[in-house]
Amino acid sequence: MDKLIIKDFDLYYDDFHALKDINMNIAEKEITAFIGPSGCGKSSLLKSLNRMNDLVEGCKITGEVLLDGKNIFDKNVDVNKLRKRIGMVFQKPNPFPMSIYDNIAYGPRTHNIKNKSKLDEIVEKSLRGAAIWDEVKDDLKKNALRLSGGQQQRICIARALAVEPEILLMDEPTSALDPISTAKIEELIQQLKEDYTIIIVTHNMQQATRVSDKTAFFLTGEVIEFNDTDTLFSVPKNKKTEDYITGRFG
Amino acid sequence: MNNLKSNIIRYIIKLSALITFGALFFLVGYILYRGIPNLSPSLFEFKYTSSNVSMFPSIINTLILVSITLVIATPIGVFTAFYLVEYANRGNKFVDLIRITTETLSGIPSIVYGLFGMLFFVYRLEFSYSLIAGTLTAAIMVLPLVIRSTEEALMSVDDSLREASFGLGAGKLRTIFRVVLPVAMPGILSGVILSIGRIVGETAALIYTFGTATQMAGGLFSSGRTLSVQMYMLSNEGLHVNESFATGVVLLIVILIINSLSTYLSNRLTKGRTN
Repeated sequence: MDKLIIKDFDLYYDDFHALKDINMNIAEKEITAFIGPSGCGKSSLLKSLNRMNDLVEGCKITGEVLLDGKNIFDKNVDVNKLRKRIGMVFQKPNPFPMSIYDNIAYGPRTHNIKNKSKLDEIVEKSLRGAAIWDEVKDDLKKNALRLSGGQQQRICIARALAVEPEILLMDEPTSALDPISTAKIEELIQQLKEDYTIIIVTHNMQQATRVSDKTAFFLTGEVIEFNDTDTLFSVPKNKKTEDYITGRFG
Repeated sequence: MNNLKSNIIRYIIKLSALITFGALFFLVGYILYRGIPNLSPSLFEFKYTSSNVSMFPSIINTLILVSITLVIATPIGVFTAFYLVEYANRGNKFVDLIRITTETLSGIPSIVYGLFGMLFFVYRLEFSYSLIAGTLTAAIMVLPLVIRSTEEALMSVDDSLREASFGLGAGKLRTIFRVVLPVAMPGILSGVILSIGRIVGETAALIYTFGTATQMAGGLFSSGRTLSVQMYMLSNEGLHVNESFATGVVLLIVILIINSLSTYLSNRLTKGRTN
């Protein structure tokens, strides 16, 4: 089942043609990794998928992205509802400067869930889902900024889960973390696959091989190769992919 | 030789610091020395008479003027800053215009505001010397201050917080009020407090708009004097120089409280950022 279909997708920053004719099908409840050197457009594509690119001035898009068959760039699409369905975890942990509880409850409250016991339930479920419940359950009133970087990132994942998205976009979620926290997050991503479709941008090729089912290799705004992760890393079809994964450039 | 040179420079630097401190110390000390002995309970009596120049009415006038001015200037200033930082596109011509205007306004001497207030509010709109004319003039005067400090406070809020909020499906309004505003609050408050200080210390702009009537302003259209104006008038008339110094002491204390409040708040702001 294809959850997301990216069709004839082009993206420009003013005159700069950042993504060229992208076509890609993202399967449901799989982990897709975007890899490639800096500036290849992988983050731009990721951010377009829940229209965070709307916030970037001079950013123009042509083509379609179909979520369950409906184009997300249609005029009558409610961006806020779209972002509820497609959640995002950012490169740098960015919890709000408020309590752990309020961080997690921010999303549900945004979507008009006010009932206290319902919120309590969502908070616990989301924190469990992000594998951090046991570490913070006695301290939900604590300011989220006082947690370690790895914990903060898991809070951010829990916060994204709290609005019950269908797809999770992760933009280099471990690049600011130490190896132990990274391992925890990677393990978590594997568990999340049960319920969510995940797209992860990563600079780290080992990470792509460890966590993802499919991998897309980007270079200068084009998808050079998109295949099962095992195949792409063991028998790459394209010479450029091979050069990149063997470390000849990038 | 080099050693001698660096020693000389060091002494010059130390001397400069000493002169600065000395001037300030002397000034404050002199006001306290002249003022404190003249502070008497009668100076805080309800009514001003020409034999007992009570500063009580002017204290009340100051409080009323400051409150009304803030009620007008704070929302307008804060919302203008919201527009500049959160709503307008970067590089928008209108934004540049507002920025230039506020910067220019903040550099204008207060007597010019007073002149404008007098010509426009007092004569043109026929408010005469009144609380309303004084308030509106003071509001225009502190507007740039509120806008600039709010702008800076908003800009210091990390964009990643805005992204996180939008990413959860929150709209602009919710993002601003629930995420950005709480973080920016101490910065905005310290701007408001600086504005209070500016109004409390103001004379030139108020003499020509609020006027110099000695009693409490009874309504929006009655005249009155603030504490600073009271001090200026007393020393100007020459009959109550001692009481003028006493008023100065009270004014000094008020400004001191305001400044330390503002320092405290901006400290809290920077602390919040590093945590």
